[in-house]
Amino acid sequence: MSFAYPVFRPVADHGLLVEFGDRIDNGVHDQVLRLDAGLSAESVPGFLEAVPAYVNILVRFDPVLTDHATVEAALRRLIAAPAVARRPGQPREVRVCYEAALAPDMAAVVAATGLEAEAIIAAHLAGDYRVYMYGFAPGYAYLAGVPEAIRLPRKTAPVRGTAAGSVVIAGPQCLVTTMIMPNGWWNIGRSPTRILDGGDSDRPFLFDVGDSVRFTRITREQFEAESRA
Amino acid sequence: MSTAQLTVTQAGPHVTFQDAGRFGKMRFGVPTSGPMDRASFAAAQAVLGNPDEAGAIEISPGGLTLACDAGEVSLAVAGGGFQVTLDGVRHGAWTVLTLRAGQVLTIRPGFWGCWTYLSFAGRLQVAPWLDSISTHGPTGLGGGLLTEGQAITLEETRVVAPRAIPLPLWARPLSEVPVVLGPQDRFFAPETIATFLGATYALSDAYDRMGVRLNGPALPPNAALDMPSEPIARGSVQVSGDAVPTVLLADHQSTGGYPKIATVLSTSLDSFVQLRSRQRLRFQAVSPAQAIALVRSRRLAMGRYLEALRPNPG
Repeated sequence: MSFAYPVFRPVADHGLLVEFGDRIDNGVHDQVLRLDAGLSAESVPGFLEAVPAYVNILVRFDPVLTDHATVEAALRRLIAAPAVARRPGQPREVRVCYEAALAPDMAAVVAATGLEAEAIIAAHLAGDYRVYMYGFAPGYAYLAGVPEAIRLPRKTAPVRGTAAGSVVIAGPQCLVTTMIMPNGWWNIGRSPTRILDGGDSDRPFLFDVGDSVRFTRITREQFEAESRA
Repeated sequence: MSTAQLTVTQAGPHVTFQDAGRFGKMRFGVPTSGPMDRASFAAAQAVLGNPDEAGAIEISPGGLTLACDAGEVSLAVAGGGFQVTLDGVRHGAWTVLTLRAGQVLTIRPGFWGCWTYLSFAGRLQVAPWLDSISTHGPTGLGGGLLTEGQAITLEETRVVAPRAIPLPLWARPLSEVPVVLGPQDRFFAPETIATFLGATYALSDAYDRMGVRLNGPALPPNAALDMPSEPIARGSVQVSGDAVPTVLLADHQSTGGYPKIATVLSTSLDSFVQLRSRQRLRFQAVSPAQAIALVRSRRLAMGRYLEALRPNPG
């Protein structure tokens, strides 16, 4: 089955899911980001919020003020408008300590990949990561860009009580957890970088969807000092 | 300034602080949360003349008992058919009362309904998270779950005349639930869609603020589940790998990789969540244009009802 993208799918009385493709791809995600940028730059009557993801974006609206057909027409104009550029992704740094005590799954990743721990760390640091979407829990940003050599399928069962700040990988994806929750990905390090500020700050989330992320390696001493900061 | 001091002497599971919700943060993985039944919550605020975004307590079938240690404050209860008792005296399920020092308020499940709202003629002193006291159930972020022994402070308290709150038709549990098919109905064969729309389902016991699993005929997707994770809306009827549908509710995950066969209309969720585990329902497909028309007429009627509830200014 083939579709002429973009496809507009109605979501109850209050949304349209706008799809630009069906597989994870930077070019498809760029179109998601371009529409997201257009929605924040232009005023679409009745628009409530947009939720960008890998291949599509949910556009929510107030059904009293507008309807699916009116919003679809406005979105088609935004998509066609050549003036709308994707918002430039900001570079973000996430600091990671890979020491064994903070990397409970490193031994398992060594066993599964046949690589030394240092080679796994080097591969993880070399990855070119982009924030594709948030999900699972508040502040959980899905970063794709894990190098081929250290891509593993997720665990068969999630591990309870995975610590906040855990740097976990599965397939091409990586994320830095923000709270203690069950997680079925491979835990290869711990970060003191705050992705989610528990308080009511102006910038509660470190990343916007579309940002690029670089991991930097820190020592245990740096980790302890930065965790206290 | 008048204040009131309350103590929680009993709180069941899933009893939380909620305001109208935490809006516009879904792109960061944060659902709106807020009341499961937004219509009843709005009635509990309007009858006291409170702003729409005021805080309240959402009470599950686990129930709640509050003792007033100091001061006095009027309060409203609306949502479901709960048993409301003030110092041993029974009151209607939808009511305005005044709680005074030395008195005890008890709210217990009654003949019907799953969620009720306790609002106050005064300001709840609860710390917000991301500008809202709404509790995100799975993490406890926001105002949080109420626990036994917890102190609750209310400021700028007022006392108003007791009254009954008229129960609107739409506050009743809904057994015919309108949905718009999709956004991933294409993953299901036509006969599976027909099963979904023709069969009777029942709410299971796996029911919390994130969602409710349904018991009923299986809905096997006709393709491998390899779709990239995508945004989820409140009201999504998500079908997991075991072919079981789950209706996603106030604290739903913001994205996920399971197909959504249909989505419940926003205004119908309020009465859907008043169904209890084991109660039965059927889904009815409506077109997007019919959905808009239904929601607009409901919102219009609700607006008139809330306006009539509001105390006259001055």
